[in-house]
Amino acid sequence: MFLRMLWRAAVLRRGRAASALLAMVVAAAVATAMLNLYVDVQAKLRREFRKYGANVVVVARDGQSLPDDTLTTVRSALGSGGIAVPFAYAVARTPDGRSVVVAGTDFQQAQKLNGSWWSVTAWPKASHDALVGAHAAVVLGAAGKPFDLSFQGRSIRLNPVGTLQTGAAEDSRVYVSLAEFVEWTHVPYSTVEISASGSADDVSTAIQRLGQSLPGADVHPVRQVTEGEANVLGKMRSTLLVASILIILTAAVCVLSTLTGWVSDRRRDFALMKALGASGRMLQGFFAAEAAALGAIGAILGFSIGVGVAIWIGQANFHAPVTPRLSVLPLVLAGGIVIALIAAILPISLLRQVQPATILRGE
Amino acid sequence: MFLRLLYESFRRQKRRKLLAGVAIMLGVGVATAMIAVATDIGDKISRELRTYGANLIVTPQEDTLDVEIGGVNLKPPSDGAYLSEADLPKIKGMFWRNNIVGFAPMLPASITLGGARNVTLLGTYFARSVVFGKQDFITGVRTTHPWWKVQGAWPEDNSEDILLGDHLAAKLNRTPGQDIELAGRPHRIAGILSTGGPEDYEIVAPLALAQEILGKPGAVRRIYVSAVTKPEDAFARRDPKSMSPEMYDRWYCSPYAQSIAFQLQEAIPHSHAEQIRQVAQNEGTVLSRIQGLMLLITLAALLASALAVSASMATAVVERRGEVGLMKALGAGNLAVAVLFFAEATLLALLAGAAGFAGGALLARQIGHSIFASQITIQPVLLPIILAIAVLVTFAGSAVAIRRAVKFDPVYALRGDA
Repeated sequence: MFLRMLWRAAVLRRGRAASALLAMVVAAAVATAMLNLYVDVQAKLRREFRKYGANVVVVARDGQSLPDDTLTTVRSALGSGGIAVPFAYAVARTPDGRSVVVAGTDFQQAQKLNGSWWSVTAWPKASHDALVGAHAAVVLGAAGKPFDLSFQGRSIRLNPVGTLQTGAAEDSRVYVSLAEFVEWTHVPYSTVEISASGSADDVSTAIQRLGQSLPGADVHPVRQVTEGEANVLGKMRSTLLVASILIILTAAVCVLSTLTGWVSDRRRDFALMKALGASGRMLQGFFAAEAAALGAIGAILGFSIGVGVAIWIGQANFHAPVTPRLSVLPLVLAGGIVIALIAAILPISLLRQVQPATILRGE
Repeated sequence: MFLRLLYESFRRQKRRKLLAGVAIMLGVGVATAMIAVATDIGDKISRELRTYGANLIVTPQEDTLDVEIGGVNLKPPSDGAYLSEADLPKIKGMFWRNNIVGFAPMLPASITLGGARNVTLLGTYFARSVVFGKQDFITGVRTTHPWWKVQGAWPEDNSEDILLGDHLAAKLNRTPGQDIELAGRPHRIAGILSTGGPEDYEIVAPLALAQEILGKPGAVRRIYVSAVTKPEDAFARRDPKSMSPEMYDRWYCSPYAQSIAFQLQEAIPHSHAEQIRQVAQNEGTVLSRIQGLMLLITLAALLASALAVSASMATAVVERRGEVGLMKALGAGNLAVAVLFFAEATLLALLAGAAGFAGGALLARQIGHSIFASQITIQPVLLPIILAIAVLVTFAGSAVAIRRAVKFDPVYALRGDA
């Protein structure tokens, strides 16, 4: 009987029930999308910040060189999320006696680490291919022609396949692959640039771990990068929190006013039931159950739509989907039911004080 | 008569009008605050991103190749061209001067310390006041390199005190307050500098001291400029020489890193200005992501506000079916009833909308203060736009309900068979 009443009430007043449900669905969807974004945006933005290049640098202590297995140690300490790129430096001479810094590196890894801000015309692939900094290219006059460099009497002929522009020290250097560099100069790598992923705490634990496993080297954060990141992320987090609260509040008001209208619209049902002998408690239970059912259905529908919206926003803005958080569901569900209950109970308690006869007479 | 109806409606139904008004106020307030924050957030985040330090660098035009590894310059110090310190204030005379957060000149000099150790001494401004015209402007590494931390005190720009990089200090075993002999004269160590960069192995001193040691008065090797810029797009990357005059004006008057670099080159003779891509490029990406996100969130806020407003309007109208029935029974046409309701809705939207705008502006200010510690400016042009949106949404929200109310047979409405 109770269930049938609930069901008939929804079916017979489709229009009003549907508009109340719609409000609920939209509010729940907006709330879900905002909460999902709030949780995930940190990770998304952090990923953008990781494109700034290394946030940790390992350098050899003065006058020493890094142990041969440094790179392996670093990579195993970092795990899968990080990138580690070795750099070796030497000052070579051009045939006309000018000095130029030559750097040896792993191009594949360097592209992963710095690809987004190094403006490179073409990355070297074959052996003896070199990447020439924009300043160095002008000074060397190496417009695509192979050029010679010598280091301690040993010379090498390099083929400039691409130019590199960064606006910093890299512009004055010539980059070759690490293997060829070592073969030519016998100078091992002295710097490892690392991009450690994760939050500020993750990065500092990674630095500690690296420091312990590399006692002979200096491990330090690139403060320029880490501090800027922390700053912006913190502000964004607060802005999003405020925005989420405001939007969810507005959505709640929308649901509240629609549901209140829906319930007070049905005061004649209420009066009729009371006249037929229903107790006040039973009536309250009936309307509460109805509202709770509406809230729950609306919240679940809204949750699935909201997750879709969050995924779409992630795709459109960050080019990576936002991972749906199931942990948001209980929150949205509870919120939906509570708001629906408040919206139902308020007009009912007002109506309870009125004689059913007055309502039925239409006053 | 019409006006009286309108007036009485507001006077007698204070509670209902207040409820609908509160919903509109809240909706408009949230929308205003979000729009204000979203339009300003680019600028705000851009200023936060200045923590990354300078995004532009100015070097002498006929620069020779830097021979520098890990911040240690291996080139003979007398080599290369210099910029003139006297040209520096001109940076504050550029078109985009208000976007220049700060600049710091640098002059590295190589000195021998104690034994035969070669150390770089970097001359710069710490927080020096620069005068251009009537403007007074304080600039130096403390603005352009905000991640530099000093244990002890920052030296005065007109003193001969110096900062010692922390690795160097550990090696030399010196603490702040002690003296160190540089180029034959003792200098006080004001503080120990930690940067996480090559400066940790260097000595940083006031610019004048480096000029004196080098024997080049008024010389500057490079200038770091920190500017608030707009994310780069395809238009920014175009070559200004190939543009039509109007396009050139538009390019020149947009705060792209490229156009600011171009203006720096104009301001400082014989110079070459370039963006520091690590900072400038990534700043652009982060900025455009954040702006995109805020745009979408603002749309969500607008949607939620619109729904809240229309829902409360619809409820308000449906509740008044009996009144409609009475009016119609007394001979009012559909049009007259609809006009009355729409007039009420407009009045309500304007009143509550204005109040909501004021509330939203306050909210935006509060957000600006508590999150960004700076003012969020509300463009006055926002008021008519917000009011128009409020009226439109209120109309749309009540339209369906009004139509239904008007169509309802007065007999049923009056009998109460809603």
